[in-house]
Amino acid sequence: MSDKTDKTEQQRLSVFKTYKLYVGGKFPRSESGRVYEVTDAKGKWLANAPQSSRKDARDAVVAARKAFGGWSGATAYNRGQILYRVAEMLEGRKGQFVHEVADAEGLSKSKAAEQVEATIDRWVWYAGWTDKIAQVVGGGNPVAGPYFNLSSPEPTGVVAVLAPQESSFLGLVSVLAPVIATGNTAIVIASERSPLPALSLGEVLATSDVPGGVVNVLSGRTAEIAAPLAAHQDVNAIDLAGADDVLAKELEIAAADNLKRVLRPQPVDDWTATPGTDRMTAFLETKTVWHPTGSLGASGSSY
Amino acid sequence: MASTTASAFEYAPAPESRSVVDIAPSYGLFIDGEFTEAADGKVFKTVSPSTEEVLSEIAQAGEADVDRAVRAARKAFGKWSALPGSERAKYLFRIARIIQERSRELAVLETLDNGKPIKETRDADLPLVAAHFFYYAGWADKLDHAGFGVDPKPLGVAGQVIPWNFPLLMLAWKIAPALATGNTVVLKPAETTPLSALFFADVCRQAGLPKGVVNILPGYGDAGAALVAHPDVNKVAFTGSTAVGKAIARQVAGSHKKVTLELGGKGANIVFDDAPIDQAVEGIVSGIFFNQGQVCCAGSRLLVQESIQDELLESLKRRLATLRLGDPLDKNTDIGAINSAEQLSRITTLVEQGEAEGAERWSPDCELPTSGYWFAPTLFTNVTQAHTVARDEIFGPVLSVLSFRTPEEAVAKANNTPYGLSAGIWTEKGSRILAVASRLRAGVIWSNTFNKFDPTSPFGGYKESGFGREGGRHGLEAYLDVR
Repeated sequence: MSDKTDKTEQQRLSVFKTYKLYVGGKFPRSESGRVYEVTDAKGKWLANAPQSSRKDARDAVVAARKAFGGWSGATAYNRGQILYRVAEMLEGRKGQFVHEVADAEGLSKSKAAEQVEATIDRWVWYAGWTDKIAQVVGGGNPVAGPYFNLSSPEPTGVVAVLAPQESSFLGLVSVLAPVIATGNTAIVIASERSPLPALSLGEVLATSDVPGGVVNVLSGRTAEIAAPLAAHQDVNAIDLAGADDVLAKELEIAAADNLKRVLRPQPVDDWTATPGTDRMTAFLETKTVWHPTGSLGASGSSY
Repeated sequence: MASTTASAFEYAPAPESRSVVDIAPSYGLFIDGEFTEAADGKVFKTVSPSTEEVLSEIAQAGEADVDRAVRAARKAFGKWSALPGSERAKYLFRIARIIQERSRELAVLETLDNGKPIKETRDADLPLVAAHFFYYAGWADKLDHAGFGVDPKPLGVAGQVIPWNFPLLMLAWKIAPALATGNTVVLKPAETTPLSALFFADVCRQAGLPKGVVNILPGYGDAGAALVAHPDVNKVAFTGSTAVGKAIARQVAGSHKKVTLELGGKGANIVFDDAPIDQAVEGIVSGIFFNQGQVCCAGSRLLVQESIQDELLESLKRRLATLRLGDPLDKNTDIGAINSAEQLSRITTLVEQGEAEGAERWSPDCELPTSGYWFAPTLFTNVTQAHTVARDEIFGPVLSVLSFRTPEEAVAKANNTPYGLSAGIWTEKGSRILAVASRLRAGVIWSNTFNKFDPTSPFGGYKESGFGREGGRHGLEAYLDVR
């Protein structure tokens, strides 16, 4: 008996992590008090993740709305700096994410490392977009009259993002980064089966100068959390990447109530391929401003 | 109304001749390059809103006709989309030129069928219609340069449903970019204004446009719904009410149809204390009384800084007293007829509700013609944000006046609506224009001007005013596979 005790004392008992949601810059448990078992690809228990409720979703909307003014009003340069800071933090925590992605997706350490590196690079790619997208999709319009006429893109507002179910980290970042790079705020629903990389990303965001509420991470049953978000009058857009066809249709119908911008699920064969700009433009509005130019020295008033 | 208030400025009647345009006693549907009766033989009458005279009898499209037209468009799609862009461009240039040549006919026709003043069809609608075809013609062979990747592809058959307020202009907004990008179209004009779209079929014939590329189906909402629901339609474009827009968004849920919606609005026209009052008054007038206020981006909520409210209102009322309401074909007419009896009754109901809720109603001394559908230009003062007239789109010549004290309050009130289509800002101060413009949640902001349109300038709304943009390079996206 005493021998056995000695032996276990020599083996260090690891410290499990209690995974929490990330809402409004804080790490709450689900208000419902529910958790669900997250297992690795082979079915081994990894952690108990919070199982978010409708109330958690609504709290996340409040946080995202509150953060929208500041984030959308920040300079594009500033947003780029902050997003790049996230990439720096991710790089420093690479080991943790490799571990989590390997477990979540049943990948070898080296395959998981490739995924994580591609993810960090993806984040850097979007960090560089913040102050370029306006020039690429906006510009002056040569109207037939004495007017200055300029179109600029603006973020649409609060965006609910259903992260892809299969790609727990690269897929997640590929749908989240474009939403916030352009000044929207986001409520992201992590992959239902593999939520741990997403919940850990929340910890990275919290230490990366990203203002609280800009990104809110919920884990749980995708369909349960997405339904109130799709129907929410203060959500402006929804990305259905993580919804199957049946759920997507249901959510799209609910989203019509306040004419949310909807990005329908689009088959992605390879998340590592360089994206286009469509995930950014899907959540941008074009604002066009007119002003008379008048004519110097002319008589008559063309104000 | 000029008769009682400004006798020194009496104008002699100056009617445009209606003999420049021939209106046939009946028209068919335009499917696969031919005029044809509706499958079930149904017809409806279109009347002149200013006289209630029956102008013509029109075949009424039903579900079977929609199916036939979509099949024609599908059949035409292969060849049309395979044409070199430079050839498609030439067809569009031809259409633009023919519209210019025949613009007088079209202006008269549009005024007769819609009730809007000839001054507006002649000087605003028709030049813009031609300009849209010219603009998009030039894109047809340059799509690789539009920023949607190399070799962007058309979507297929576009189902397009347009309203009655700008019948021909909305047709141009829909058809020009669709054809330039290689799509074929089935377009349903509104039941009260089918004539100019049918006339456009003749323009297509003169231009030698291949059969089936453009199909026109006059009809009611059921035909529009059948078109939106048709499984072989790849793209849905709709301009109209927010309620119908939401129904369409639900209808296409789960499908692969691409959708753009241009819906209602409740535009705020914000006048600051340093604004040039005379110009602002002109802008307010064109903002809400252009096309009898039947404009989705109308500046229907006037937000005026409290310190100048009395002065501005006095100026505005004086200006309204000089507006001339009457025969739309008269070249001096500023305010024409309301498009239909139904629309007139909607306006009347909302205005009565405004009065019942305690807002103060004012109109200039104004004699309305005895036949036709007419509504005098109307102001509401003593309006709060809770009033129906400040919240609901009236879609008529009715302006609600609210006041504000600070720019912050102006922005908050302007944004306090589910709509987000247009807004106006009037101030001498450039930095204030830019600061306010950047905070308004609206797709088009006119500063020190209002209701300006141009084919190169994207148009469309935020929030419940719909999604997608029409016009400009942005307008191409709606008709291309940009993934």
